Amino acid sequence: MAENISLAVIGGGPAGMAAAISAYDSGIKDVTIFERDTELGGILNQCIHNGFGLHTFKEELTGPEYAGRFIAQVKERGIRYETGSMVLSISPDKEITVVSKAKGLRTVKAEAVILAMGCRERPRGALNIPGMRPQGIYTAGTAQKLVNCEGFLPGKEVVILGSGDIGLIMARRMTLEGAHVKAVAELMPYSGGLKRNIVQCLDDFGIPLLLSHTVTDIKGKRKLEGVTISEVDSTSTPIPGTEQYYECDTLLLSCGLIPENELSLTAGIKINGMTNGPEADDRLQTSTEGIFACGNVLHVHDLVDFVSEEAARAGRNAARYITEKGRKNNAPEIIRIIPGNGVRYTVPCTVDTANADEDIHIRFRVRNVYKGCAIKVGNESTELISKKKRITVPSEMEDIVIKPELLRSAGGDITVSIEEGQV
Amino acid sequence: MKYDAVIIGAGVVGCAAARELSRYDLDILVIDRESDVCEGTSKANSAIIHAGFDAAPGTLKAKLNVQGNAMMDKLSEELDIPFRRSGAMVVCREESELAKLEELLERGKANGVEGLKILDRNEALELEPNLSDEVYAALYAPTSGIVCPFEMTLAFAENAHKNGAEFMLSAAVTGISRDENGIFTVGTTKGAVTAKCVINCAGVFSDKIHDMVCEPSFTIAPRRGEYMLLDRNAGKTVNCTIFQLPTKMGKGILVSPTVHGNLLLGPTADDTENREDTATTRGGLGNVRAKSALSVKNIPYGQVITSFAGLRAAGNTGDFIIREDDKVKGFIDAAGIESPGLTSAPAIALYIRDIVAGILPLKEKPDFDPIRKGIPKLASMPAEERAELIRKRPEYGQIVCRCEQISEGEILDSIERPLGAATLDGVKRRVRAGMGRCQAGFCSPKVIDMLAKKQGITYGEVKKNG
Repeated sequence: MAENISLAVIGGGPAGMAAAISAYDSGIKDVTIFERDTELGGILNQCIHNGFGLHTFKEELTGPEYAGRFIAQVKERGIRYETGSMVLSISPDKEITVVSKAKGLRTVKAEAVILAMGCRERPRGALNIPGMRPQGIYTAGTAQKLVNCEGFLPGKEVVILGSGDIGLIMARRMTLEGAHVKAVAELMPYSGGLKRNIVQCLDDFGIPLLLSHTVTDIKGKRKLEGVTISEVDSTSTPIPGTEQYYECDTLLLSCGLIPENELSLTAGIKINGMTNGPEADDRLQTSTEGIFACGNVLHVHDLVDFVSEEAARAGRNAARYITEKGRKNNAPEIIRIIPGNGVRYTVPCTVDTANADEDIHIRFRVRNVYKGCAIKVGNESTELISKKKRITVPSEMEDIVIKPELLRSAGGDITVSIEEGQV
Repeated sequence: MKYDAVIIGAGVVGCAAARELSRYDLDILVIDRESDVCEGTSKANSAIIHAGFDAAPGTLKAKLNVQGNAMMDKLSEELDIPFRRSGAMVVCREESELAKLEELLERGKANGVEGLKILDRNEALELEPNLSDEVYAALYAPTSGIVCPFEMTLAFAENAHKNGAEFMLSAAVTGISRDENGIFTVGTTKGAVTAKCVINCAGVFSDKIHDMVCEPSFTIAPRRGEYMLLDRNAGKTVNCTIFQLPTKMGKGILVSPTVHGNLLLGPTADDTENREDTATTRGGLGNVRAKSALSVKNIPYGQVITSFAGLRAAGNTGDFIIREDDKVKGFIDAAGIESPGLTSAPAIALYIRDIVAGILPLKEKPDFDPIRKGIPKLASMPAEERAELIRKRPEYGQIVCRCEQISEGEILDSIERPLGAATLDGVKRRVRAGMGRCQAGFCSPKVIDMLAKKQGITYGEVKKNG
């Protein structure tokens, strides 16, 4: 016999905790957070650097401190959480199969579900880096866990491929732990991480960032001996003759994050090909009714503060869904938010303008570096928003807030696009 | 240490031979230079149990392939080896190539392969909707299958071990001599042992081992094959193994489901001088991609989770070389075991046994136990059975590898059982922790911790492989 609960939150990281707290504060007390790790906090537990919480708490916290604030709120409210609990599947009618050491294998039936499973790092294989397969190659997040949580420095001579934020943070971290970071190679002509991390983690330590470069060979049978880095042309193809050999015992990969949606697939949820996350509406509800998504499982964020805000919205809306039993006040009027020129995707994909009563956040990433451009939101008949930007970069998520009545006035689907200016 | 038979090489052939010989009252030792079994060609291949239509009639390859294939149903039951007769197709792209399919069909019939038939495009599409638009016809072989090559090798090794065969790992053979009484001394980096009979199953090094004590009589030229493995989400792209028409370099680039539900593409075929050269190359991986698309469409190349290369131990005779040396009596080669080596391994073991029977008296042991039980696979178990196992051993409820849903209990089993895992890759080959889409990103810190605790070593001393 399945247990019955009101709301199941899958994942006890920043997204899951903020969602659960917000649902609780919106009146849904019968909430369980399922967390696969041994404690709440998610990936923040290994992010011991500071810079978290500037938006949410107006102060600079470390990852564990930021997580700690939310863990305290979960505990204050007495919200149930089960650590060491791995959700194996979710059926479209929200029956959850979960396994743990403490409670074995069981099913839990929920009225609503919030997906907050986060993301994973793109592994070497997915990058098709040729060469041998020795010991000493780690994704940056795995190295971060080993260094910060296990107190184990995996190597001394380090090359990093990819300039994602975790890679940049780890360049600094490994340096502070006594390793020598020889270079960070980035396939694209621009960095994949935040500007502040380039400055604070590479420039301040004299670590070279090689843009338009990639690893083209890996040497070493058992242990990594070195890597070859080549310059690439505008089609990302290595340029012969540009090979440089770097002797190293460690190669870290920071080449992108992928939302973890294998569970979402079991619930029949439609996945967006651009974000690898669920397609969501303005209430952050997925294509399966009563299942919501937030945080990095929905789309990869740069800042945890944005995750917390987004998750709180998912929590409010899940609570509302449970309270209203899925009923809506008005007949739905669904418009689509379409990614236009220079925009890779938008979250949400659709808005129910007849029922939207909160400010709508349209979050998106641009396809390229655009200088002196404008973000345009509107359609052929109406321009709703035109916002000038000095620069937009793919590594920094854009967030446009729009009043529901303004969206309603557009009278149909709208497009978000970049109007390119003079460089 | 004195043995009746020393087997050099703990790949699938060596382990199958050890298991077969462990039926008899013999002292058996298996030696390998690596710290684990299944560290060479046996771990990096197409994982196919071939039907047997490819090899020329009359060759050992043809005979042992068909015989080995037929043995797999019983073996997979006895030894708990993941195996499925999923079938195979050889596709041709032009009417003019139809004759080549018919040639394969006739060759298969001559080899004793059952159930072969030629399908026209529409018949083939009914079985395989994702065949490329250029496919003209196909040879269908229902007896072809897919297997887990790691577990197959391990199962032979574990069952041999259970029946008394010893294993000396991390021991590279440094020299072999034979005295006037016909007793061999095999020198290794861990000391010397003696044997009445030496069986050379050393894969790409088998000519080097042979030449340590015999006159050179064959050479091995490693032929590298590169592969790409795709996420389980892509596993249903094909239902059976799709081959292209074979060439003299091999069976071409195949597209195949794996027994664990992934999709496998490869291999390339490049002769190499270097017997350790298991590097993938940009060109090779590009080739895998381009060639696989010739036979199958809609392959989601964005879902590649890893790529790897293996070395075929290609001999210069074109056939398997399995024989007692003419002059050095008691020295048996099982060399040149390239494709269909995995399929043939159980039959090669029987063939070796028959040779050994001419050297040593073979007396069956009454207590030989042919049964080997694998580590329980909780992720693919019915819920009731899984729940029951977790009640008995709660560690089976603690998921460590989230991608493949592998529990702490299964990983502990893999480390603690006889011939258990000593490295991260050893754990991966036994229970698939780290084999999934994140490629050990999340589970490796935990598995490193478990290995370190078990072996009483530091994190830095835990090895990935070797």
